[in-house]
Amino acid sequence: MNIVVAIKHIPSIADDLPVKGNNVDFDSVDFVLNEWDEHSIEQAVLIKEAVGGTVTVIGVDLIGELDNALHLALAKGADKAVKITADDPAADSHMQAKWLAEAIRGMSPDLVFAGVQASNDLDGQIGPMIAAYLDIPYIGGTSAIEVSNGTATVSKEFPGGVGMKYSVTLPFVAGVQSAPKPPRYAPVSKVRQMAQTATVEKVAPSGEADVRERPLRILKMAPPVVTGHAEMIEGSPKEVAAKIVELLKSKGLA
Amino acid sequence: MAQKYEKAIAVEKDNIVVDGVDVSGHWNRMFEQRVIFEYTPELIEKIASIPNAESFANCYQCAKCVAVCPVDVVGNYGPRKLYRYAQTGLDLTEAPELWLCTTCANCLRVCPKEVNMVKIMPAAREQAILDGKFVPAELQQAFENTAKSGNPLGQPQRKRDAWIQSAGVPVPIIKDLGRPVDVLWYVGSYPSYHPRGIDAASAAARIFTALGIDFAILGKEEKDDADSQRLAGEKGLFEMMAEYNIQTFNKYEWKEMVVTGPHELNAFKNVYPKYGFERPVVHYTTFLARHLDQLKPLLKHPVNKKITYHDPCYLGRHNGEYEAPRKLLQAIPGVELVEMQRNRENGYCCGGGGGGMWMDSFTAKHTTMRLSEKRAMEAASTGADVLAVACPFEVSRFEDAVKSTGNEHVGVLDILELLDRSMRGDA
Repeated sequence: MNIVVAIKHIPSIADDLPVKGNNVDFDSVDFVLNEWDEHSIEQAVLIKEAVGGTVTVIGVDLIGELDNALHLALAKGADKAVKITADDPAADSHMQAKWLAEAIRGMSPDLVFAGVQASNDLDGQIGPMIAAYLDIPYIGGTSAIEVSNGTATVSKEFPGGVGMKYSVTLPFVAGVQSAPKPPRYAPVSKVRQMAQTATVEKVAPSGEADVRERPLRILKMAPPVVTGHAEMIEGSPKEVAAKIVELLKSKGLA
Repeated sequence: MAQKYEKAIAVEKDNIVVDGVDVSGHWNRMFEQRVIFEYTPELIEKIASIPNAESFANCYQCAKCVAVCPVDVVGNYGPRKLYRYAQTGLDLTEAPELWLCTTCANCLRVCPKEVNMVKIMPAAREQAILDGKFVPAELQQAFENTAKSGNPLGQPQRKRDAWIQSAGVPVPIIKDLGRPVDVLWYVGSYPSYHPRGIDAASAAARIFTALGIDFAILGKEEKDDADSQRLAGEKGLFEMMAEYNIQTFNKYEWKEMVVTGPHELNAFKNVYPKYGFERPVVHYTTFLARHLDQLKPLLKHPVNKKITYHDPCYLGRHNGEYEAPRKLLQAIPGVELVEMQRNRENGYCCGGGGGGMWMDSFTAKHTTMRLSEKRAMEAASTGADVLAVACPFEVSRFEDAVKSTGNEHVGVLDILELLDRSMRGDA
């Protein structure tokens, strides 16, 4: 089973998100691995553990620091790491999808995973676009993927507690909503060991002419205007509790 | 904690010869066949072969440790028992027992064979983590938070010094001060982020200010000491944090470091030296006890309470400080200090050490009650109004515990808060 996981490095929102012009001030922000990609790495490693194979993790290196995320993926059980050296922190998901697809094409994968979306743009297009470029099917919002005999059983969860299972023929691209288990923890010593011993393959971004034109343009970026605020209830715990009960009653909730 | 042990095989023989020696005994003991058990030493050796866990094999089953093990009081535990479990088929690296030890070190105090669980447990846990064995999910979350956010609570680094707004006195940040200070105060993660920890930190800031101490904090540059993560088995994470912290500490000129927490004291005083950091570090109780002559005149308002003091394992047994906290409490006018049955060297663990702080739900599944609940009941039995603590892990642990055991009438306060109340008069 040849599994490729496309990951995305995104600005961290642990600290205030600095804005410069009409985009993030990339020089004063840390980059972290997209949370949904942690799930697609976990999903890939789970399949590898179940049926064997190799997991290749690939991502676009936007600021020259993708190695950290790749070493983490290797420590969690990925076998190979590849970075596309774009060196452009503003490269949007459409550009990244093109570069990723061109790099993945030669790997002849059985499965390609991408996080269903990333919190920096909520675009959700990397998976579908890779599938389109590679001309293979896409299934998004997966909550579990199992593989046997060249076919995958893909679970999705819908609102209202409804679940559905699909049978999908390989190869295909999956937009991973969540792995069936929480992403495993990689001990720091293992990550550091990978940083010292693992080799990360470098690939130049290809198909640039198509995407450098940037079909998506950001017109404006600014913090949202605060329109409402929470009401703070003052007083002793007993007074506060009484007011909460009163409020719940007045709203017909108690 | 019921386990199925299958590796011990009972052998019945009329005459038993072990290594060429007849051990059958005198004829008058031979009215029945003798039963011996053939044990497998391999699971003991598996643990003892891990670097730093060698002393596990020293155990000769005297059981002095079990009598003082805090976990045995609420379960079926203790170093002797772990050895016995291993002898009879339990692989400690895969068992829930691996995660129950709080590294409180009371067993080591009484062990004639120096079986050192404070070294064995972190080593065996590290092995389990590296081998991808079971690790409690909530502990993994604390590791993940520490690695990603610099503190086990998962709070943003940029808010590390937000608490100083509530101190009511200026709290200088060493970077902004731009000059050497006498005291670098390492605040710690819980005093920086936890609401009840912030109360203690604010009290400390007011006390230091009233004493005229030339102090500063690291502010947003401060990150967790990670000592409890080390004891929970994440040595790599500890080393990563230690490297950062040592580099940060050494960026500035200061004469002495004061820490709010005993775990930080243990990290910086006993473990960071192995990584090249050797500068003076004291716990706040030691530091303030040294300033008792200046402090006493400031303690103007009586705190008319019966108070019992809980010795934190990492201040007492691990670092030998039993007197300073008591001196401080006795310096407060109106305080009547009463001792719990288990105090000082035999103090009962709150359950927060060795990563226990982040495994309460897991531990609850394997014990009859939390260690903090047992201790809260002991505190209540003294008739005390207040359970005084000196470790930032403890305020939240014991506040929950007095509530869950129906002892809400016992207040839980850090010694810093009690000193501050006596100083300011809002007791």
